[in-house]
Amino acid sequence: MNTGTPWQIFIDACLINNFVLSLFLGICPFLGVSGKTDTAVRMGAAVMFVMLVSSTCAYGIHHVLVLINAPYLHLISYIVVIASAVQLVEMFIKKFSPALFQALGIFLPLITTNCAILGLALFQTNRQYDFVQSLSFALGAGVGFTLALLIMSGIRERLELSDVSSIVRGAAVTLMVAGVLSMAFMGFAGMGR
Amino acid sequence: MTSERVAGKADKNVEVLIKGFWRDNPVFVMLLGMCPVLAVTNSVINALAMGMATTFVLFMSSTIVSLIRRLIPKQVRIASFILIIATFVTVVEYLIQAISLEIHKSLGAFISLIVVNCVILGRAEAFASKNPVGKSMLDALGVGVGFTFACLCLGFVRELLGAGTIAGVSVFGSSFEGWSIMILPGGAFFVLGAWLLLFNWLRERKGVPQT
Repeated sequence: MNTGTPWQIFIDACLINNFVLSLFLGICPFLGVSGKTDTAVRMGAAVMFVMLVSSTCAYGIHHVLVLINAPYLHLISYIVVIASAVQLVEMFIKKFSPALFQALGIFLPLITTNCAILGLALFQTNRQYDFVQSLSFALGAGVGFTLALLIMSGIRERLELSDVSSIVRGAAVTLMVAGVLSMAFMGFAGMGR
Repeated sequence: MTSERVAGKADKNVEVLIKGFWRDNPVFVMLLGMCPVLAVTNSVINALAMGMATTFVLFMSSTIVSLIRRLIPKQVRIASFILIIATFVTVVEYLIQAISLEIHKSLGAFISLIVVNCVILGRAEAFASKNPVGKSMLDALGVGVGFTFACLCLGFVRELLGAGTIAGVSVFGSSFEGWSIMILPGGAFFVLGAWLLLFNWLRERKGVPQT
């Protein structure tokens, strides 16, 4: 059993081992939808919601699978749960905010193939978190993802206005900035202990 | 797209193979599947293992998807593709565990995360579900090798600069002090950024319009 207070786990997932910047999970949406601050925040919120739902479900599924002694089904059942949760969020957003639905575009169904969410489910199983720990882990990861996306979109909005050489423009400069951000986040190491 | 439908011609098949490897390289050109490329390429061996595992899953799932492409209803195709991919990833995970426990430990959760590699789902959706088996297999092989090549590019630079070795063999001698940043997460972003820079530069020199 893992012994960490929910607060420690939250800080760890959010800052020290930030999902995007130090574990490299969810890079695709990080590069894809970090163009505008507005969209970035909403994408972060959608991911956070899916994370909470799938973390809760993964906790239940893990216990059922242990009970019936079928560990090889973990991966397959997790991915099915995540796909259904994303479908749910998609319908929800489509109904309540068609504008946001348009803005997120293809990246909304692609939350299914966002490694951050499957990674979350796998990590919480590996580390044997109990229910409260799992929830705070999911919340921390979600907040961390949103934070990374938000910082990145802020920088990219500035970058749009600056004079960048044509070969660096686009993905190359975004990755360089992500590298600097990642180094900055290394400064959080040792917090929350 | 129409030219791709002409089956049975050797040069067309070679073209499909080469296209996935170079012109539409999944990592350097299409910017897909970045997560594993960045995360596990801190050494050449890890990069190679990751590339091979991904190629295997890509090849097998493209073959199966292409075989049953007429049987899958359109509405549930993505879910079916993911289930097929997840099955092969489970196979690969147990396979790697059996072959080398050490590699399994250093790749960790990233073997399971091959499921959510956009390259594989992307090829299943964009190519294998529309083309005959032979072509899909070639395409998968081309893209898989292209992906492995990209992993190796990163792994090579990061291991060389980070530890002064290539696949565990010392290059610069014992007096070389490794750049620890290359092994750390930040280095992965820098190296991939630098490679993209190089490829952009090459493309610009050739006069191909920017994407």
